[in-house]
Amino acid sequence: MKVILRNPKREVAISGKRRVKELLLELDILPSTVLVIRGNELLTSDTVVADDDVLEVRPVMSGGSREALR
Amino acid sequence: MKCRKCGGGAALELRRHNAAFCPPHFIEFFKKQVAEAIHKHRMFTREETVMVAVSGGKDSLALWDVLIEDGYQTTGLYLDLGIFDYSVESKSKCEVFAASRGQRLHVERVADAVGAPIPEVQKATRRPTCSACGLSKRYLMNRAALEHGYPVVATGHNLDDEAATLFGSVMHWQTDALPRQSPALASTHPKLVRRVKPLYRLSELETAAYAFLRGIDYIVEECPFAKGATSLAHKELLNRLEETSPGAKHNFLFGFLEKARAAFERIEEVTLEACASCGQVTTGAICAFCKLADQVKRQAR
Repeated sequence: MKVILRNPKREVAISGKRRVKELLLELDILPSTVLVIRGNELLTSDTVVADDDVLEVRPVMSGGSREALR
Repeated sequence: MKCRKCGGGAALELRRHNAAFCPPHFIEFFKKQVAEAIHKHRMFTREETVMVAVSGGKDSLALWDVLIEDGYQTTGLYLDLGIFDYSVESKSKCEVFAASRGQRLHVERVADAVGAPIPEVQKATRRPTCSACGLSKRYLMNRAALEHGYPVVATGHNLDDEAATLFGSVMHWQTDALPRQSPALASTHPKLVRRVKPLYRLSELETAAYAFLRGIDYIVEECPFAKGATSLAHKELLNRLEETSPGAKHNFLFGFLEKARAAFERIEEVTLEACASCGQVTTGAICAFCKLADQVKRQAR
């Protein structure tokens, strides 16, 4: 799957089905600091994402707009 | 994950409420939280026009949207900080939002008031950028509301902003700052308009989710000066705490507001005077903004 990260904007490719919660853990991101977006929907931590998905991980922190690392 | 209200697919989990909501029920939850904040603190009435200070970010545009949706009379205020492409883009987001909803947007340039854009102010004064920026914004919001005859300014401060500010004040025991931390600050002087924060009950994850679900086009990029800001470090600490103890930020802020704030209010009573230079309120002879502008002008000579 393609994962788009922000600030700075960059993309990472990840293979294999997994839950959003596991994906964020792998990316070292605290779930409460980002929206995980697929198309026009928001995904909860238990949603399973797969290889053909394009996801945006959008930070929500105002003032700095960065995702918080664990 | 299922919506607590209808059992449909959830879009957002709110761990501190031990709940999840589908998009329509999350929007309903969000609006109820704003309505409760306005009602509880008597922030404004439907007869008043609220000046909403907008930055182009998710919080202030979400606030403006929810107030319009709820039928309040509003007008926008955008303060152009002159921060390179960031300000150009954020201003454009506000203009597009205002035009799409048929709302009036006032634009004030910080450079016109202080003598230089924010990046130059920082160079001229050696004051931390966020400090000079915050001071300028508070001053210009009040001045714009007074000039245009609006009784109240609403800002998009959310629960995370408020908890981080409180954390910073407590860390340094800034007892003068603690009584001023409130979702609603009354007008205590004819030259001071009411200031309210209708989003203080909502986390920034929630305001971002609302903005996304409502299709609001906001600026996601960070302010180039925000990197390394102390308030962000405090937010990150609180986020880690929240991860292991959902509701920690809420309990910290609401506990202060309900149990502790009044005690500091009694200790710290201040007398407001009119600034000898500009006529706006100050606790001294000359207000902090005029001192800042004077410093910028002297450096420019």
